[in-house]
Amino acid sequence: MKIGVVTFPGTLDDRDAARAVRHAGGESVALWHNDADLHGVDAVILPGGFSYGDYLRCGAISRFSPVMEPIIKAAQGGMPLLGICNGFQVLAEAHLIPGALTRNHELHFLCRDQTISIENTNTAWTSSFSKGEEIVIPLKNGEGAYMCDDKTLAMLEGEGRIIARYVGENPNGSRNLIAGITNERGNIVGLMPHPEHAIDSLTGPSADGLGFFTSVLKAMVK
Amino acid sequence: MSLDTVATAQANPDATQPFAELGLKPDEYARIKEILGRRPTSSELAMYSVMWSEHCSYKSSKVHLKQFGEKAVKTDALLVGIGENAGVVDVGQGYAVTFKIESHNHPSFIEPYQGAATGVGGIVRDILTMGARPIAVMDPLRFGPADAPDTRRVLPGIVAGVGGYGNCLGLPNIGGEVVFDETYLGNPLVNALCVGVMKHSDIKLAKAAGAGNLVVLYGAKTGGDGIGGVSVLASETFESKGPAKRPAVQVGDPFVEKVLIECSLEIFAEDLVVGIQDLGGAGLSCATSELASGGSGGMTVQLDKVPLRDPSLSPEEILMSESQERMCAIVEPSKIARFLEICEKWDVTVTVIGEVTDGNHLEITWNGELIVDVPPRTVAHDGPVYNRPLAQPAYIDAVAKQVINLPIPSTADEIKETVLKLAATPNLADKSWVTDQYDRYVQGNSIQSQPDDSGMVRIDEKTHLGVAVATDANANWSYLNPYEGAKLALAEASRNIATAGAKPLAVTNCLNFGSPEDPGVMWQFAETVRGLADGCLEMGLPVTGGNVSFYNQTGSVAILPTPVIGVLGVIDDVRTRTPMSFDRAGLDLYLLGETQNDLAGSEWAYMHNQRGGVAPTADLQREMRLIELLVAGRTKKIFTAAHDLSQGGLAATLTEMVLRYNTGAIVQLEDVGISLLSETPGRVVVAIEPAQTQALSKEAADQKITLIKIGTTGGDSLVINDAKISLTELRTAHTETFVKLFG
Repeated sequence: MKIGVVTFPGTLDDRDAARAVRHAGGESVALWHNDADLHGVDAVILPGGFSYGDYLRCGAISRFSPVMEPIIKAAQGGMPLLGICNGFQVLAEAHLIPGALTRNHELHFLCRDQTISIENTNTAWTSSFSKGEEIVIPLKNGEGAYMCDDKTLAMLEGEGRIIARYVGENPNGSRNLIAGITNERGNIVGLMPHPEHAIDSLTGPSADGLGFFTSVLKAMVK
Repeated sequence: MSLDTVATAQANPDATQPFAELGLKPDEYARIKEILGRRPTSSELAMYSVMWSEHCSYKSSKVHLKQFGEKAVKTDALLVGIGENAGVVDVGQGYAVTFKIESHNHPSFIEPYQGAATGVGGIVRDILTMGARPIAVMDPLRFGPADAPDTRRVLPGIVAGVGGYGNCLGLPNIGGEVVFDETYLGNPLVNALCVGVMKHSDIKLAKAAGAGNLVVLYGAKTGGDGIGGVSVLASETFESKGPAKRPAVQVGDPFVEKVLIECSLEIFAEDLVVGIQDLGGAGLSCATSELASGGSGGMTVQLDKVPLRDPSLSPEEILMSESQERMCAIVEPSKIARFLEICEKWDVTVTVIGEVTDGNHLEITWNGELIVDVPPRTVAHDGPVYNRPLAQPAYIDAVAKQVINLPIPSTADEIKETVLKLAATPNLADKSWVTDQYDRYVQGNSIQSQPDDSGMVRIDEKTHLGVAVATDANANWSYLNPYEGAKLALAEASRNIATAGAKPLAVTNCLNFGSPEDPGVMWQFAETVRGLADGCLEMGLPVTGGNVSFYNQTGSVAILPTPVIGVLGVIDDVRTRTPMSFDRAGLDLYLLGETQNDLAGSEWAYMHNQRGGVAPTADLQREMRLIELLVAGRTKKIFTAAHDLSQGGLAATLTEMVLRYNTGAIVQLEDVGISLLSETPGRVVVAIEPAQTQALSKEAADQKITLIKIGTTGGDSLVINDAKISLTELRTAHTETFVKLFG
């Protein structure tokens, strides 16, 4: 199973995402932002970082990069697509998922070990977890507050499309403690905290994050 | 203004030149004329003024720093020593590690965010320039009193700048320090350390060899920021009057630097450069003159080819600009096409600006006219050297006579109150408010970071080889006795490496001092260097490089002498490191090392506004035996946890241990007040399974280290004799200080 990991010029967590894919038993394929070719991958990860510096809105430029065109098309056709942190921001800018990510409510970058609860286990990226399971993975961002209008929020809640919520104090001011959401079909997931940094308790707070990557490998076998 | 060419300089030998405004002394200006046999052109004057500044030329410190070479230990571990952009050490398995610490103090006071950000950017480029991938940063920071209004301006800006830049580069921030003292109020210290890793064969040097090779400038375009940063900002005392110096601060663009790192590493991997130098302090003046001196000396540069952000810049400004995110490479003509291709892939601006020649002069032209014609060594290396007067300041004897004469806490209530107060005092309080603004996870190799004793990163995923780095300074001790203070900081940083079980390997330093023109400050500096050189020799650790920051004073008030010592250690298997604390009950707690009545310079005395007394004397032989014991404790799997004692003594160490994994401890101490508050160096608390008692006793006896059982782990409180402090209460005291002050 081949999982593409996209590198924009300012991407930072691409090597970590590739490592997570390998740990889960998949094969990672490096995808370059300027190359509009998916090289036959079965799923794609948009990792964290600062894609094009993000001096404009985060992800606002990346969504127009050449590699995004085939990614958007494939994801609309059902290919599993995970956007982590900056990747989540790119998904929102590309309108693959609703809402937007704005500045943390305390106005500074926050890096900490974060407990989240998995609320929807029917997506391509969360089926390895059990509903309500609490996991600890790193959260690290400056613009991680999930925002949307009331109607969208009601829809996300009503359709069970909130895949993970922060447990305890709201770390960044996200509406309804949203840490991650999915599209209607469940193949696209946007997630603010970083499962790729929690695949081994030696280097992360836990190995809890691995579940996202084993989930997609299972989904692709089906 | 008309162009001041070499021909004009020859034709008008007596033209008045603004050398004093550029920071040069009359005799220095005379020396330049003597070297050139004529007056310098305005461009040459610009180059000499920045390169002969205190910051670049080390003119006041050189005579002392040479001890690091003279007293150096013979070691095969040192691959590249002092003089290059950063020293390189062999850590085994074919890997070489480079690390260095630098200051960015003055810019950070004027413009906290950009000053701190570009401090990180600069040290990262130094590491990259050696051919290494940067793998971690650390930031020792010092501020005025935590509750001072200006600290509220400076601290949040500096922390955001360190984070904003480092986070965007994808470099984990794995530690540092945050210390408050009134002497830093007008002079905060922003020191930045970077570690990089490469294979031995990938080491790059700053030399322009091979006539016909091309001089290539790549990275950001040159702007009008940071002009005279090293000479105007870093080499002068701050005065309250005078023009604003903000334009002398550089403005950083971390995204450009991130791309520059990846682009450079790809260029290095294909072996496309002969020599390389980053553009930091003194910008193009430094890069061209150092590269040329590193080779045969001959180089031509067409300055008008330098891509500009601001087309109105004059040649002098271009030579002095410290615009960030620029690199200068020497490339063989046969490899230039591939070099340009890689730059294009990363969208990096790249321009061939000159050529290496077989002559021995650096010749710079502006639209075809010769504006610089100098022997490059005279710019880069043959700057003035001062043997400045030094004299032991009067305060030294006066403070030595003072005795810390405070009521020592002894009752349960007093003990409880003291432990809670120490846990909450800004210098010892939880620093998460700061470190949570830094990404410690990126790259996926961080094994330890704040609040651990040292930062540790894995450098090989298959063999689990890793390196640990710690930075320490105890300015209180350095103030009382700069010679011992330097040794004690070296000992502490080494111990902080060893508590995890890593073996200290090499030393870097950032020496922050007041004005070298003050004989008392110069004496503090000389004593510090002597202490550090002696200490390194005794401990067998090479000094691989460092940085001197003088003029950290406001008016006549100098900062405390603050030598920040960075020690790098190696650990063969990061999976076996000893953690700093315990997460279960039933372990025995031991104190390694004897406790004396060492309250002079202690955090407790400082809390009571006392800074007198006699600093402890460093016993480096005992420190080395303790390090042996700590490394053996890891490899023989004796320790469950180990944590250093330093500022705040045993009280601070126990607080940090019980809060780390929320597991309490019950401790019984004799002479409880002194036991908790003394800061006698060379001590560590270890936790062991009771079954390891004999093994620990044997190791301690072998190394002749005093061993005292002080208690056991478990419960939801820290119990010291009959004082009981719940972890909740202790955590609140420890964590709310920063949130209240800055949150």
